[in-house]
Amino acid sequence: MNRAEQEAAVRRILDQDPPQVPAGLYADAVRRGTRLLRRRTLARRTLWLLLLTAAVAFAVWALTVRPWVQPPSQTTPPVPGW
Amino acid sequence: MIAWAGGVVRDRRAPHGTHRDRGFEAFVAGAAGRLLHTATLLTAEDPQHNPRACHLLTLALADTYAGWDRLRGDDPYDRTRQYLAGRFAREAWHRYGRLSRTRRRPPGVLGALAPHERLALVLRLHEGVAEEQTAALLGLPAERVRVLCDRAVSRLTHPARRPATAVDGPGAGAGGSGAVAGGSGAVAS
Repeated sequence: MNRAEQEAAVRRILDQDPPQVPAGLYADAVRRGTRLLRRRTLARRTLWLLLLTAAVAFAVWALTVRPWVQPPSQTTPPVPGW
Repeated sequence: MIAWAGGVVRDRRAPHGTHRDRGFEAFVAGAAGRLLHTATLLTAEDPQHNPRACHLLTLALADTYAGWDRLRGDDPYDRTRQYLAGRFAREAWHRYGRLSRTRRRPPGVLGALAPHERLALVLRLHEGVAEEQTAALLGLPAERVRVLCDRAVSRLTHPARRPATAVDGPGAGAGGSGAVAGGSGAVAS
């Protein structure tokens, strides 16, 4: 028995006796799929909300603290009458 | 802004929902039988009583349903099969591990084989997936897939030699059993 014949024999073994699809399988898959979709939508929205909150918080912080403005010098005393 | 985005999603989903349901229903009606057969072969259960295969297929179909709108021309059958194989491989890894020898033999026709041998054999011969694709799907080298498949084929065609090949190493076992199987096959036929 060569390789092709062996594979054909195994294919015959595999193809025999196919199972019956149970009736509730489609409804169950759709139910689980809908739940999966809902969960994904929720996760996506939560992430967007988090991103938006972070952006707003950063903007507010930047506008109040103004980190790009050079702070007034603390070491050199003011020189009057120069 | 969030409410606006949500509204757009909801508006788009209403007409698409029925469209998706119709397409998905047609897909399940056409493919569920073959996919369930594949799943039952993988789990090596009795075709008349296969709760694990049904559960596996339900999870795979649910994943396909959730990603139906983002298939973009991909074959839903391929996607479902990919999920099925990946899920089975992960479950087999967690569930069987080193205890597979001590477990009782499953009742299916492939019950004598180890889970990863079943996976390679079913994908290659029953599903007709090319060797390289099977290897990519399982994350194994192509040679390893060939060895697994050859070993499974020889074990199925000559079940009496099973203990002898099981004791051998992976590479030597496949080569040796193949040669022995060829010889005894010639004698038998």
